[in-house]
Amino acid sequence: MAAHLSYGRVNLNILREAARKELREFLDKCAGSKAIVWDEYLTGPFGLIAQYSLLKEHEVEKMFTLKSGRLPSADVKNIIFFVRPRLELMDIIAENVFSEDKHHSSRDFHILFVPRRSMLCEQRLKEQGVLGSFINIDEYILDLIPYDGDLLSMEYESAFRECYLENDQTSLYHTAKGLMTLQALYGTIPQIYGKGDCARHVANMMLRMKREFAGTQNQILPVFDTLLLLDRNVDLLTPLATQLTYEGLIDEIYGINNGYVKLPPEKFAQKKQGEASKDLPTEPKKLQLNSAEELYAEIRDKNFNAVGAALSKKAKIISAAFEERHNAKTVGEIKQFVSQLPHMQAARTPCFPTLLKNEIQSLSNNSRQYPVSPVSASEAFFDNLTVEQEFMTGVDTDKVNTYIEDCIAQKDPLIKILRLVCMQSVCNNGLKQKVLDYYKREILQTYGYEHILTLNNLEKGGLLKPQTSSRNNYPTIRKTLKLWMEDANEQNPNDISYVYSGYAPLSIRLTQVLARPGWRSIEEVLKMLPGPHFEERQQLPSGLHKKRQQGENRTTLVFFLGGVTYAEIAALRFLSQMEDSGMEYIIATTKLVNGTTWIKSLMDRPESQTP
Amino acid sequence: MAFITANWNPLGEAFYRKTELYEMCWNLRDGLRDSLVAAAPYGGPIALLREPLRRSPSSRPQLEIYSASGVGIASFPWKSGPVVQLGWTVSDELLCIQEDGSVLIYDLFGSFKRHFSMGQEVVQTQVLEAKVFHSPYGTGVAIVTGSSRFTLATNIDDLKLRRLPEVPGLQGKPSCWVVLTQDRQTKVLLSNGLDLYIVDNTSCTAVVPPGLSPQAGSVVHMSVSFSYKYLALFTDSGHLWTGTSNLQEKLSEVDTKKTTTPRQMVWCRRPKSQQPSVVLMWDRLLLVAGVCNDTIQFPLEDPCVLIGELDGVRIISSTNQELLQEVPLVCQDIFKIASMAPGALLLEAHREYEKLSQKADEYLREIKEQSMLGEAVKQCVEAAGHEYDTNTQKSLMRAASFGKCFLTDFSPDQFVSTCRELRVLNSVRESSVGLPLTHAQFKQMTVQVLIDRLVYRQFYPLAIEICRYLKIPDYQGVSRVLKHWASCKVQQKDLSDEAIARAVCVKVGDSPGVSYSDIAARAYECGRTELAIKLLDFEARSGEQVPLLLKMKRSQLALSKAVESGDTDLVYTVVSYLKNEMNRGDFFMTLRNQPVALSLYRQFCKLQEQETLKDLYNQDDDHQELANYYVTASYKEKRLESRLSLLQSAVDEYNKAKNEFAAKATEDEMRLLRFQRKLDDEKGAGLLGLSLQTTQVRSDAVSIMWAEPEHFQATMEALLALGLHKQAEQLYRDFRVPDKRYWWLKLKSLAEKEEWEELEKFSKSKKSPIGYLAFVEVCMKCNNKYEAKKYVSKVTPEQKVKAHLAVSDLEGAADAAIERRNEAEMGAVLSRCSASDRLVIDRLNRARAGAAKK
Repeated sequence: MAAHLSYGRVNLNILREAARKELREFLDKCAGSKAIVWDEYLTGPFGLIAQYSLLKEHEVEKMFTLKSGRLPSADVKNIIFFVRPRLELMDIIAENVFSEDKHHSSRDFHILFVPRRSMLCEQRLKEQGVLGSFINIDEYILDLIPYDGDLLSMEYESAFRECYLENDQTSLYHTAKGLMTLQALYGTIPQIYGKGDCARHVANMMLRMKREFAGTQNQILPVFDTLLLLDRNVDLLTPLATQLTYEGLIDEIYGINNGYVKLPPEKFAQKKQGEASKDLPTEPKKLQLNSAEELYAEIRDKNFNAVGAALSKKAKIISAAFEERHNAKTVGEIKQFVSQLPHMQAARTPCFPTLLKNEIQSLSNNSRQYPVSPVSASEAFFDNLTVEQEFMTGVDTDKVNTYIEDCIAQKDPLIKILRLVCMQSVCNNGLKQKVLDYYKREILQTYGYEHILTLNNLEKGGLLKPQTSSRNNYPTIRKTLKLWMEDANEQNPNDISYVYSGYAPLSIRLTQVLARPGWRSIEEVLKMLPGPHFEERQQLPSGLHKKRQQGENRTTLVFFLGGVTYAEIAALRFLSQMEDSGMEYIIATTKLVNGTTWIKSLMDRPESQTP
Repeated sequence: MAFITANWNPLGEAFYRKTELYEMCWNLRDGLRDSLVAAAPYGGPIALLREPLRRSPSSRPQLEIYSASGVGIASFPWKSGPVVQLGWTVSDELLCIQEDGSVLIYDLFGSFKRHFSMGQEVVQTQVLEAKVFHSPYGTGVAIVTGSSRFTLATNIDDLKLRRLPEVPGLQGKPSCWVVLTQDRQTKVLLSNGLDLYIVDNTSCTAVVPPGLSPQAGSVVHMSVSFSYKYLALFTDSGHLWTGTSNLQEKLSEVDTKKTTTPRQMVWCRRPKSQQPSVVLMWDRLLLVAGVCNDTIQFPLEDPCVLIGELDGVRIISSTNQELLQEVPLVCQDIFKIASMAPGALLLEAHREYEKLSQKADEYLREIKEQSMLGEAVKQCVEAAGHEYDTNTQKSLMRAASFGKCFLTDFSPDQFVSTCRELRVLNSVRESSVGLPLTHAQFKQMTVQVLIDRLVYRQFYPLAIEICRYLKIPDYQGVSRVLKHWASCKVQQKDLSDEAIARAVCVKVGDSPGVSYSDIAARAYECGRTELAIKLLDFEARSGEQVPLLLKMKRSQLALSKAVESGDTDLVYTVVSYLKNEMNRGDFFMTLRNQPVALSLYRQFCKLQEQETLKDLYNQDDDHQELANYYVTASYKEKRLESRLSLLQSAVDEYNKAKNEFAAKATEDEMRLLRFQRKLDDEKGAGLLGLSLQTTQVRSDAVSIMWAEPEHFQATMEALLALGLHKQAEQLYRDFRVPDKRYWWLKLKSLAEKEEWEELEKFSKSKKSPIGYLAFVEVCMKCNNKYEAKKYVSKVTPEQKVKAHLAVSDLEGAADAAIERRNEAEMGAVLSRCSASDRLVIDRLNRARAGAAKK
């Protein structure tokens, strides 16, 4: 059921199994029937670890969402709260427990803190007078969640905001802990590289924790050769750009959360000729996106311009295989055909790979077609893309951009505007005060003055800033790291720049250069990027030094602190597959983001009191 | 070697032997007479209190503590009250039970640790007799008081006193009693005259041992076996009854023909043996009585003390110490005269082999013919484990090793482990160490406990040697020893803090599993706070340092350690502790020096205490954040005046923060709010009413205006929707709205209201800053093709094709495209053509072909 986790270079299913085992152990601690009360935020991440069936096997009969007031009635012996350690949740739990006592008598309460128990929260429960009502107070250490065969995520949405706006490094502590857990399962990672303040902090904590756990480490041959910690604020540009891989686009258009995408129901209408389809599904359909689906795995990381071709090629192969049934004469042949059926069926059902076909095709139809109704979106899409690419190549980044101006005038979604303005600022190493103020005033007047807080946040996070020095160092960085490739080949890529049709993500370039020829070659550029860069070595016990076979690839774990985009992941997968790279990448992050979700997490909206 | 059976004494089918363990190192002037003696099982220490009940204050009795081999460990005058009983706990602590019911606990070295009381009423009634007993729960104490009541504490480390029910007819103390542990319950069995009673928590039941002859008389002495499984009763007529301790089964009844009560009576049996026996001691006689009617008798020259062990009885006299035990079966097999057991033959074979005699081969053949060689090796190894004499051990192990050579697939595990264990046992049996453990006892107590015991005795080097030799993981072995050592070291009063800290650091270093915070906690307990802080510095886990630092009231240090650990929850914990401890000013100052803690506290306040947040920003002169705070607050305010005043505060703060833009923007916001109010005042309800009478779209706009009063764009939209062009114009000028945006706004608004004439006028008012394609598209959006067409001609040449297409004028589009000779545009027009547009298609194709030729 989670086989796709074990196919990669590193068997991440070990991590998942470890997490499942711990969950089972906790559930068994509470003997008898149970109901789980969920902190809603956790249901998504938990879905990646265990399905309902596992819970059911351990006598979980009911599930509720945590909310204030009285708990729904359920004839169970145990009520277990699965919560993040947050004070406001403690207050709700206290309310639940209080109202419970009057109505029921003998239900046992338990709390499972995810990912860590907190003295502060327990103190709060004590103050509320309910701490004694809990039989078990436990923690479920769920830091790094296996997301796909080569991908781990903490699903910690507010990490970037907390680190850069609020100076709250809780997420980094969890990161360090998560990396320790990972090392306990996959061996000590001998080399650590990093860039950025948060990376430095995490590395420091890891080294400290290693000293703390000295002697208790089990002796495992290291699976990872290198760990690379990258701060998101080292590369603020990449997430702002529109991702142009298939998966990236799905994320940009529909949003992927906790590995699931919610698609509008009309995508599933069976289009049979002539028939008015009566039973249209009305609810959005949730689909899980990962490498378990072979076809999806094949096209997810392609540039959207190459998807159409790939799909139709695949479709031909499948229908050819399907046609063979007419030629199957002998029983043996039929048998062989039948054995291939499930595979073909899977590819034929209107599942997600084909879902976006229309959108993709209309988008990839590069000759700017004049609008037939839905494609007007496509025109806007390309205008937007053009502007992004102008910024990335450094065209007119120091002036007010007409396109942005028009978008504001037409009241396009605020986040779109913010993405563009921030991008211009990043590509110009800050905007001239006049330009910046103009944009800001336009935004405040058009979208409301309350967004002054959001603008302040963006400035604090460095996404939006006034130009302080006259020198714009972005062009230097762009040239040195070859961030713009004029002739990006989208169909048969030979460079990572294909993921943004020309722009090579800075973060991935750093990763690439680290592998070969090494960061020493780009010292100057590294100095221009924020935060320190460093290298640390962790001593391995003698006997655990790997004897590398000739031609054996090295494995690097790249950890993005503050989020990573699907396009960046695609770029790393591309690097892993390059024959002469000699390096395989496993990706870890606090959260999978795109420009929209990322900017959203930085926005502040005061709750307005309507009279 | 030949005389190995010389000290064997047969009893029934078993043999008993007495082995000398030590010549005692002590030099007791008066022997063991008139002394209270307590010796712990498993080769435990011996405590001696001379004349415990002598009450003259001038001469205080001396309390002495010796190792099992008689090496003096501690000696000090007893200054407290009269002692009734001495006893040892499982962790080698000495319990001194006083007459007044208080129990004083000392460690092996005679330093006082703590005390507890067996109940207040005991002070009056006095303790008549007391017993120390061991159970799975730990070490317990039982007393009987002057009022003939029993009080029990099953575990002195988790003290819960239980007063047992009254025993009918009991005056003073019973003639004898024992503590039993059965079915997880602790009970007392006692004899009073002819009656036997079992007293448990709730009741007192009279019992009769099965099969005890009626003429046997009353029970005057009783003893329970090491495992609480068997019970022995001695009656005043000299009868010894043995049976199970639950009084369900009788084993035997022996008439010892002694009518005096024995001084001591102890069970002597080894686990799994079918031959339980009891050792009784009188002044000059030691008697072993078993299931059969036989007895063994040993004369005694000196007063002795018996200590029941798991697999025998230790006999301590003033000069030496012996172990009396049943000879293990395997030793019997090997050493019994003329034994033909495989082990015996192998031993013989090896002996001949060493003599270079060919007989060795004969013996070996004999064993091999029976295919018993494996068994023979096993027997020798096992027997070696049971032997105390090192030479015997050696010859047995050598024989086993010799036999092993002739076996092909024999697992060496047992051989190797026995070798190792014997080496460890021999070293702890050394008189200087004084732990006379048998192999069975060692197995039962486990190596962990053995190491603990060595540590209690401060044999640190030996303990470490053993850990290393037995390859015990550091965590359970060496580190544990070092931890004890360090905890002991910090108590050395003659050394400076500096010296101790250094010594500890050098020895302990980075040993895994040694917690410096534990050691520091120990130092703190001993009142050495400075040393504790020094030691805490070595602790790698900052998290561990925090609780102790808080306890020592070093809260500032605790805070910085918490910050260092990176564990934000820990930081929160210290912060909330500080908040309660300190006054607000100091608290804020402390936070100020810890930016990480400060920002976490800010987060906390943001969610929980908005007011404090303001104070924090104020104290830090963080004007920017303060301004943001006021802005946020203004949105929570319903009344316009308060809202304006909060915004004014925000403006002030933004100015102080030199954020001119924000100040200006906020001023704009206030201006807008005032403008809205003015408008509202002037137009009054009429304004709102008017909007409701018009179309749906408009009422939306208006509702936005009122829902989000600071919304400039919405205000403009509403004004235009309401036809208040003058006011809109005013805002446009006052707020320096860019032309482009104003034109867009007005264009959309007029089109939506379908004021086409007005729109046309507007389009001609000056050159449109947004071009005219926008006009075409907006009109089309409002489904007015007629109006849209009006603007097509005004569109710039570049946008002409687009404009024509927007109004679905294919011919116009084709003309424009052909005129511009633009391939892409022609293609675009073509793609919009359907089959019915033959003419246009042909024209375009011709034009393209023409263009291609050129």
